[in-house]
Amino acid sequence: MRALDRKLVRDLWSIKGQVLAIGLVIAGGVATFIMSVSVLDSLRVTQSVFYRDYRFADVFASLKRAPESLKAQIQAIPGVQHVETRVFAPVLLEVPGYPDPVSGQICSLPDHGEPLLNRVYLRQGRLTEPYRDDEVLVSEAFAEAHRLKPGDELGATIRGKKKRLRIVGVALSPEFIYQLQPGAVIPDFESYGILWMGRAALAAAFEMEGAFNTVALSLTADAREGEVIDRLEDILKRYGSLGAHGRKDQISHRYLSEEMRQLQKMATMFPIIFVGVASFLLNVVIGRLMATEREQVAILKAFGYGNGDIVAHYLKFVLLIVLIGVAGGIAAGVWLGQGLGRIYMDFYRFPFLLYQLRPAAVVTSVLVTVAAAFLATLYSILRAASLPPAQAMQPAAPARYRASLLEALGFGRRLAPPTKMILRSISRRPVKAFLTMIGVAFACAILIVGRFFSDATDYIVDIQFKLAKRDDLNVTFIEPTSERVLYSLRSLEGVRHVEPYRWVPVRLRHEHRSYRTAIRGVPEESTLYRLLDQDLRPVAIPEHGFLLTDYLAHLLGVRPGDTLTIEVLEGRRRTLEAPIVGLVSEWVGVTGYARLDSLNRLLGDGRTVSGAYLEIDPRLGRAIYAKLNQMPRVAGVSVREKGLRNFYETLAKQMLTFAFFNTLLACSIAFGVVYNSARIAFSERNRDLATLRVLGFTRAEIAYILLGEMALLVVAGIPAGFFIGHWLCAQMITGLQTDLFRVPLVIEPSSYSFAALVVLVSGVLSGLVIKRKLDRLDLVAVLKTKE
Amino acid sequence: MPSAPRPLSEPEKIFEARDVVKIYDMGEVQVHALRGIHLELYPGELVVLLGPSGSGKSTLLNILGGLDRPTSGQVLYRGQDLARASDRELTAYRRHHVGFVFQFYNLIPSLTARENVAAVTEIARNPMKPEDALALVGLADRLDHFPSQLSGGQQQRVAIARAIAKNPAVLLCDEPTGALDSATGIVVLEAIERVNQELGTTTALITHNADIAAMADRVIHLSDGRISFVERNAHKKRARQLHW
Repeated sequence: MRALDRKLVRDLWSIKGQVLAIGLVIAGGVATFIMSVSVLDSLRVTQSVFYRDYRFADVFASLKRAPESLKAQIQAIPGVQHVETRVFAPVLLEVPGYPDPVSGQICSLPDHGEPLLNRVYLRQGRLTEPYRDDEVLVSEAFAEAHRLKPGDELGATIRGKKKRLRIVGVALSPEFIYQLQPGAVIPDFESYGILWMGRAALAAAFEMEGAFNTVALSLTADAREGEVIDRLEDILKRYGSLGAHGRKDQISHRYLSEEMRQLQKMATMFPIIFVGVASFLLNVVIGRLMATEREQVAILKAFGYGNGDIVAHYLKFVLLIVLIGVAGGIAAGVWLGQGLGRIYMDFYRFPFLLYQLRPAAVVTSVLVTVAAAFLATLYSILRAASLPPAQAMQPAAPARYRASLLEALGFGRRLAPPTKMILRSISRRPVKAFLTMIGVAFACAILIVGRFFSDATDYIVDIQFKLAKRDDLNVTFIEPTSERVLYSLRSLEGVRHVEPYRWVPVRLRHEHRSYRTAIRGVPEESTLYRLLDQDLRPVAIPEHGFLLTDYLAHLLGVRPGDTLTIEVLEGRRRTLEAPIVGLVSEWVGVTGYARLDSLNRLLGDGRTVSGAYLEIDPRLGRAIYAKLNQMPRVAGVSVREKGLRNFYETLAKQMLTFAFFNTLLACSIAFGVVYNSARIAFSERNRDLATLRVLGFTRAEIAYILLGEMALLVVAGIPAGFFIGHWLCAQMITGLQTDLFRVPLVIEPSSYSFAALVVLVSGVLSGLVIKRKLDRLDLVAVLKTKE
Repeated sequence: MPSAPRPLSEPEKIFEARDVVKIYDMGEVQVHALRGIHLELYPGELVVLLGPSGSGKSTLLNILGGLDRPTSGQVLYRGQDLARASDRELTAYRRHHVGFVFQFYNLIPSLTARENVAAVTEIARNPMKPEDALALVGLADRLDHFPSQLSGGQQQRVAIARAIAKNPAVLLCDEPTGALDSATGIVVLEAIERVNQELGTTTALITHNADIAAMADRVIHLSDGRISFVERNAHKKRARQLHW
């Protein structure tokens, strides 16, 4: 090893605490980057392999009922490659040993051969045998939630008819990667399952023989999706079309895409913060190093080393620090990425996760960090290297100080000299002090971002599922049904209150914009499903006209007072004109609202309902579920509380992991910034402090001078961090506002205090490390040397 | 540390060092910096500790100043043994009884001349006003200058003002002129002389410059960790009469 390299290694060792602190920050940034990018790549690759191998369709449509003969007509649409007609049937399930209501959807599988599109991946067992009407496959998420395995039996009610079903296999499908009950926003694997059954058997049970109610298409490479969808809707119109859509509106695909967008944001935003902070730290540390190495640089130059040699030597020093951080970051990133991948697999049911770590991602992380580090340190290295040796051998000019702003304003007289030292040290290098404060602020901000999603989820759940929706049970019917069904619901023992609703698929049009959604008809006096305005006050539903979710009004570019064109997509398929009379504030989904009686009148359907909300005596819940299960028109029953609980259980695991990881990252920044700043302040001023000790100052008094400055910057950084955190959260959610859900910018006071607390604790810990150094100050040695 | 002196013998001694040994353990070698020093300092006298580098004079001064402890022996300050004092007691001792002047001034760069002195007077029990201390060393017109705005001699005089402003019982100066040219050095020595005469502060001054010894009441010669001999100046010179 060359002598200079040996010096390099020893110099590094001598500031190992700082190297570690900077390395941790770099590692945090690289780890976040590698983790997000690798998981993103993994999801993309896994998704595309799964889609390709299991032939995920390009276009989807659902309808009331069409004869199988229509298939040829669909096949003839230009651009269509394969057509797969299917029967989807809602089912009520009874899982042995599970008392709460469970509903699901049974999808048909061809009796001969594999499906052309949307094939199933068989995890366990076998496929159903042709024409067997008691064999089903169940989705893996559902099977896991109930510990079901091939050979187990389920009770099922299809169109009111009871059946025993035997599980022969456990399966996954590209169509149900995100498995969501229609109308729900959060997956609940216990209460809702996907099942597959032979086509003939399912059609017989669901009264769909020779017919289909769902169709999926794949397109040729040159097909125009929009045109195919228009032609398909045209064909299906007479058969009760509920609309056709491309992949991008397929619900599972959409949620997955949104998740990936979020991940993409994380892959850019967090690493930028970390690299920024690390660059600042390197700038400070190398700046100080070059100041103390002046004489050594001079000696090296006196011996004939060139400027280039000197610059290369110190850049190598920077490079080593960076590489230590990057290596740690890549290792941690891969580990965390695999962990995050597993967490994703809880929500997004892929049969496998093909973990991807592209070399390009690794190279990018190395290049970006090294470039940022060189940029941050080059100036002080060049300046020291270009000093003429004779000048460099002289000690640097003494530091210049002046009275601080506070003193200029006349507050000086009351301050003790130690406090003046703190203020003057800050005002001598305001930029450095500011950046230190900003570094602390970012640590605080990252903690706030970490808690934000959990706060926002809590808020959505509180508003949408506690304040707005207050039912115990939601009963849905197979199709719009006469209001008379409500009598039988009301007559059930333990049912306290029944509130019907109507759900009508529509296309809303305003000028050139249109949006496919549903209109929900609710009774005038609705207490179980309340509509709220922006200030969370209940909104009354007027007799005439519609209310819209505020975000839907934004999508359609309408305001209260404007008139909408409403194309009804079921029944008589009327087209209506109706005024918007108000807006409803909602965070999940977008819908139109009308008075139930007015809606029925407009549709010309008579007094019909699609479902009902029930308030029940909880002690009689089980008996009520059992009775509901026997009603032929009931398609599904869901328990609001139950769904929420399951969701939180799954989410809690994810949030805890995320929060833990996030706290570690933020601590690494807080510690890195505070420790490095204090460490450098210590090395710059240990002579002053030792002098004061000699003059009779106690340890606590000199610690005040050094650590007081740090404390001031940390305390100033916390409110700044609150602002930055709020701003970062706002940045995170731009682009995440979609018709599926909007993320409210809600940060709880507890999150602010948590962030502040973690930053303070990190600050105190780094302060303690420096305090130990202060306590060991060698008074005699310091006095014998010149600065 | 009690502030009331407890006389042990007559005349009162400020310091009494008995058989002071200091050994530095430098890993494989042991350095014997002091090999059994006996020494007494009396109120109001100006003593010069003279010796070549490595003779142990700085070690002795550090021990007298409570910056270091002897390996063995006793250092009695007004009857109290500094060799056995705790860290806390040594800090209080330095705070209330000793004034230090160093070769490299060791001023706090972020404090003005006045504030450098105030930093000490604010923690002392019976200090003089910082302005008075600075006037005593001839710097009444430089009160609000920062160290970077003062010459080396001026900085050293601020250091002297800082050392004496607490009205210490003893002033310890370690090569106070070591970093200065002779003209400036003499101005600094005049300041020390004035403090010694006007305030009666017992002063111990380390130097390797034999010419300076002429201004002392007593000159203690050190070599190789021992006191080789002590001479008393029958006719001590004024600082301004010195030259080197």
